[in-house]
Amino acid sequence: MSTYAQKKGVGAVIWDYLTTVDHKKIAILYLIAGGFFFLLGGLEAMFIRIQLAIPNNNFVSAGLYNEILTMHGTTMIFLAAMPLLFAFMNAVMPLQIGARDVAFPFLNSLGFWLFFFGGIFLNLSWFLGGAPDAGWTSYASLSLASEGHGIDFYALGLQIAGFGTLIGGINFLVTIINMRAPGMTYMRMPLFTWSTFVASALILFAFPPLTIGVFFLTFDRMFGANFFDHTMGGNTIIWEHLFWIFGHPEVYILILPSFGIFSEIFATFSRKRLFGYSSMVFATVLIGFLGFMVWAHHMFTTGLGPIANAIFAVATMAIAVPTGIKIFNWIFTMWGGSIKFTTPMLYAVAFIPSFVMGGVTGVMLGAAAADYQYHDTYFVVAHFHYVIVGGVVFALLAGTHFYWPKMFGTMLNELLGKITFWLFLIGFHLTFFIQHFLGLIGMPRRIFTFLPGQGLETGNLISTIGAFLMAVATIVLLVNIVITSVKNVKVGNDPWGDGRTLEWALPSPPPFYNFKQLPLVRGLDPYWIEKMNGNKEMTPAEPIGDIHMPNNSFIPFMISLGLFIAAFGVMYRVDHAWGLPVLIAGLAITFGSMMVRSIKDDHGYHIHKEDLLEDEDKGVKA
Amino acid sequence: MANQQPTTGNPRVDIEYRRRKNAEEMRYQVITFSLMIFLTLMAFAAVGFGDFSSWFIAPFIILLAVVQVIFQLYYFMHMSHKGHEAVQLFLYSGVLVAAVTILAFTTIIWW
Repeated sequence: MSTYAQKKGVGAVIWDYLTTVDHKKIAILYLIAGGFFFLLGGLEAMFIRIQLAIPNNNFVSAGLYNEILTMHGTTMIFLAAMPLLFAFMNAVMPLQIGARDVAFPFLNSLGFWLFFFGGIFLNLSWFLGGAPDAGWTSYASLSLASEGHGIDFYALGLQIAGFGTLIGGINFLVTIINMRAPGMTYMRMPLFTWSTFVASALILFAFPPLTIGVFFLTFDRMFGANFFDHTMGGNTIIWEHLFWIFGHPEVYILILPSFGIFSEIFATFSRKRLFGYSSMVFATVLIGFLGFMVWAHHMFTTGLGPIANAIFAVATMAIAVPTGIKIFNWIFTMWGGSIKFTTPMLYAVAFIPSFVMGGVTGVMLGAAAADYQYHDTYFVVAHFHYVIVGGVVFALLAGTHFYWPKMFGTMLNELLGKITFWLFLIGFHLTFFIQHFLGLIGMPRRIFTFLPGQGLETGNLISTIGAFLMAVATIVLLVNIVITSVKNVKVGNDPWGDGRTLEWALPSPPPFYNFKQLPLVRGLDPYWIEKMNGNKEMTPAEPIGDIHMPNNSFIPFMISLGLFIAAFGVMYRVDHAWGLPVLIAGLAITFGSMMVRSIKDDHGYHIHKEDLLEDEDKGVKA
Repeated sequence: MANQQPTTGNPRVDIEYRRRKNAEEMRYQVITFSLMIFLTLMAFAAVGFGDFSSWFIAPFIILLAVVQVIFQLYYFMHMSHKGHEAVQLFLYSGVLVAAVTILAFTTIIWW
């Protein structure tokens, strides 16, 4: 196989991406697919806000509104936020630890395609008789009563996408444990790598409960089981437990990598070492552990009893301690730093007050007795949007600007970036701040309209105006991306000028083998250390030698496609005779593809030392 | 790593030491294996012979199962050797998280 980049046609590029096992290209796939679902979820959010702009509105019907709000939540959590974080993990984490790829490149590709087909399957529900309509939590007593195939799409789509996430998480764990460059000890890993590690561990422990819960739901709805049907001896509360044993760690799976991205940005643009690095690592791990001990705070009003409520309330509030450690460390990182207010830094600075507001309302909700008052009102909606938008989405937008040069080799326009930031920040607070008060005066969540004369008009109108500002901000970002891609001005290794970690020692984008020679890591922020010592590049840890690379493969696509087809079979088996053959055919494709993979030897190929040296002579930086 | 065979061609590998180590390992494995068979027989015996109440049998078999898992991990999957720190960390974290969850269900949650 040729190791040289060639000019390729459109078809060849598409084939390359369909079969790629390169973590940098899979990152781009995650970014595109996650970005697409983000826009889709955003569109659904706009429909929600238009419907609620004025009282007694009939922009959408009540049933359709339920579908839109369910799909907004499900899409944003599973198909937008997580894949976009996976995009940055894939793009940056292997570079940060000085690895040539993730531990299992084939599984990396499989993880992406499973997520992609799961997401497409879920969204096809819009065209095939109606989307799921029981909320993103899909509580069993409601979801079992839901007619049509909406909830079936939810159960099967999330199952397939969930496999992909689990595979991705395990892959990152193995990569970080086994593939760190010489000298890259655990306590020298950048914070983004650390948070990827902890988030992946959370994925490993949190996704099995979801898988089980969703399997139970699938069997209850499509195979006549009665796990959640209390009239048949089942227990409907078990779903809530399974969902939240997964669901609470899930929000930490989202927020921890976001903390990681912000930690990198704070250190880079304050041009200082991250304050309290070891306490940051400790806090990250502690948040990960505590994340598993608090799930029942989502169920205070279910009737678990006063002892359970009290214990889970205290455990919940304990999480504020490690989070507080992090907030203070970020502030102390900026303290006395020579701060440069680039677009990513603006997001990072705005993140602190926004996220703290969400955290404070979180502690309020964590007080079990008070929660009876807040439960199922817009106060809760305001709270989780403050932590998820003010934390995760800010991090995703900041990360897009920060890592764009490393992923694509071009810089997003700073002026447009700052316009995006201000529009988004103002729009965000306008939308969600007022919702705290809407909730406190009694507006329930998940209602499709409200009556005039109850004091809810002004607040909802302001909220809708804010949502439009966020939409405009997103459009400006898209324009920015198009302009940048058309201009295509390439940048060098360290376009921000203050890169600290290993990824900035590589060209933008890095060559497909990442490191010609694995770098020697001499401390925390290795590239910064070399720069301070007057070195232009990293000290290599090994002589130039052959590099072993994996071959591209189309099999991950086929395995995922098989499950996608099988899911249709499972669902339509109930109404049509052709369901069962489709189910069998789909599984045959999946297991057949797995068998091909097992039987056919694929040893990959080597990039030879001579080719690497030749590249160097031609002036190709590597 | 720990269970690598001494065929690396590395002159510094002490074959005599490795052989002694492997023999010792083998002895442990045989002892553990016979113990495991004995425990399995005990489990069958608890159900098959004697007139024990099910309140005794169930915890007893679970206890035997835990012992079997520990034998399996430490003597057959070499978890006692070096280079398994990450595995141990994740195993015990998982056990801890699962145990806390089960504890919560059995003690403080009404349903």
